[in-house]
Amino acid sequence: MLIKQLSVFLDNSPGRLNAATKVLSEAGINMRALTLADTSDFGVLRVIVDKPEEAMSILRSHNFAAKMTEVLVVEMEDTPGGLTKILDILEEGGINIEYMYAFVGTKPRKALMIFRVNKPDVAIALLKSKEVRLFSTEEDIEELIHVYW
Amino acid sequence: MTKYWNEPKECMTKEDKDQLQLERLQETLSRAYHNVPHYRRLFQKQGIDPEDVQSLRDLANLPFTYKTDLRDNYPYDMFAVSLAEVVRIHSSSGTTGKPTVVGYTRRDLNTWSELMARALTSGGATRHDVIQNAYGYGLFTGGLGVHYGGEKIGASIIPISGGNTDRQVMIMKDYGSTILACTPSYALFLAETLEDLGIKPEELKLKFGIFGAEPWSENMRREIETRLKIKALDIYGLSEIIGPGVAVECLEQKGLHVMEDHFIVEVIDPATGEVLPEGESGELVFTSLTKEALPIIRYRTGDISRIIPEPCACGRTLRRIGRIQGRTDDMLIIRGVNVFPSQIEHVLLQMGDVQPHYQLIVDRVGQLDQLEVHVEVSETFLFDEVRALEETASQIRSRIESLLGISVKVRLVEPKTLPRSEGKAKRVIDNRKL
Repeated sequence: MLIKQLSVFLDNSPGRLNAATKVLSEAGINMRALTLADTSDFGVLRVIVDKPEEAMSILRSHNFAAKMTEVLVVEMEDTPGGLTKILDILEEGGINIEYMYAFVGTKPRKALMIFRVNKPDVAIALLKSKEVRLFSTEEDIEELIHVYW
Repeated sequence: MTKYWNEPKECMTKEDKDQLQLERLQETLSRAYHNVPHYRRLFQKQGIDPEDVQSLRDLANLPFTYKTDLRDNYPYDMFAVSLAEVVRIHSSSGTTGKPTVVGYTRRDLNTWSELMARALTSGGATRHDVIQNAYGYGLFTGGLGVHYGGEKIGASIIPISGGNTDRQVMIMKDYGSTILACTPSYALFLAETLEDLGIKPEELKLKFGIFGAEPWSENMRREIETRLKIKALDIYGLSEIIGPGVAVECLEQKGLHVMEDHFIVEVIDPATGEVLPEGESGELVFTSLTKEALPIIRYRTGDISRIIPEPCACGRTLRRIGRIQGRTDDMLIIRGVNVFPSQIEHVLLQMGDVQPHYQLIVDRVGQLDQLEVHVEVSETFLFDEVRALEETASQIRSRIESLLGISVKVRLVEPKTLPRSEGKAKRVIDNRKL
């Protein structure tokens, strides 16, 4: 129920993001979702790709510091209160969100939310019990492109 | 087990040692004066007659020899004998400018072997040992220095030289190496490789290692000792003086015994050239006492250490120097505080970064010096959360600040972005216009 996400350390200077994504594109790796967290000195690129292991080794061989983590990818209603519904469930389970980022797809009235939480197993069980749809495999993630985008 | 290789020399009384040093110093000065034009010119210019040196204290009046003197007399003009007498030539890497060339007569090689035999014996080596010598063989003095010392005590030497780690591991295991000789960073790399291959130290016969040729720290020593389950001893030397074996640690691991029957050690203030009182930290200066091919007078090593005057529990009366703290040419004075890059390295090693890559950048903003430390993000320091990364940076900062007593800025940077030149990192960028 967890999806692999790569985090890449980048200097906060012009061209670094492009350098990292270029390495991926040249290797024929497709990005499904991404976000950038930044400070004045550095940034962390978080990206979900179709071939995470391959992406990881390519990034490392190009001297990027990269780390693989696991995140929840949750489908929710793209209507007022859609996010609240999910957050209520997580709050009920006493789950802390370390970070999250959202996508609005082309599928009518659906949005995607990517969560990094402190207790992923508890979160998965709770969300499933409330019949929230979770993406569980890299194949499922294909839908991010074909259905949502 | 033999504790000393040469007890009469390693344990001589102060009176005997002083007498021997003075006799040998006078001999060396006379030989240098008569056979090396550089020294004759220098002495004449300063109005010094070698005959004037009547006590060891007079040494302080003699001029220094610098690395540039060896370069200016490239390749052979510092030699005190003809090439016919020289049986070996070594040379430095020459990271900045021309290399320095050093020569040895047959007696010099005997001396060097003797010193390395003492060094290995002080770690416990005997003729029954198998020495895996992973120092580089070639122009670099490390490989052949250990080699001849090991042969002299009758141990079995494996002259594997550096690199080819898989084969090193295979040989270490199958040939039953009991002593490892290499640089400390390579010892750590070997330890890592062994762990990766699932080989436990218990499956090996290693009992001690003799590590040198680069600066290291007590933290690295602990790391090597626990991971390889051996005693790790520090050895010091430089080709200009003779090579490895100028000073070496005994099993007490509390400083390195200087081979004082062959060299005189002084510690000076690098700025003024004044000899410092025993125990104070400063630049190490060596004078050779028995070298035939390349006698050297008051050589400025650029290495910072101190003399440990107290007697050592091992029984040797040869005085000790402390672990090398840094280089005079690396030393920064920031807001009146002496800063050595090795101190920053020490902090990073403490935080679990096994091979830290870092750079110190010093700027003067207004009237205030500012030190910024750039640290390459290694796998150890990489987190997916920005907060954790920032916390790491701030931890590095507070540890450096408490060690140095000055405020610093720490910045994490991408791997392999800090400049490296010929494998030696450029640690310091000083942008101050003083």
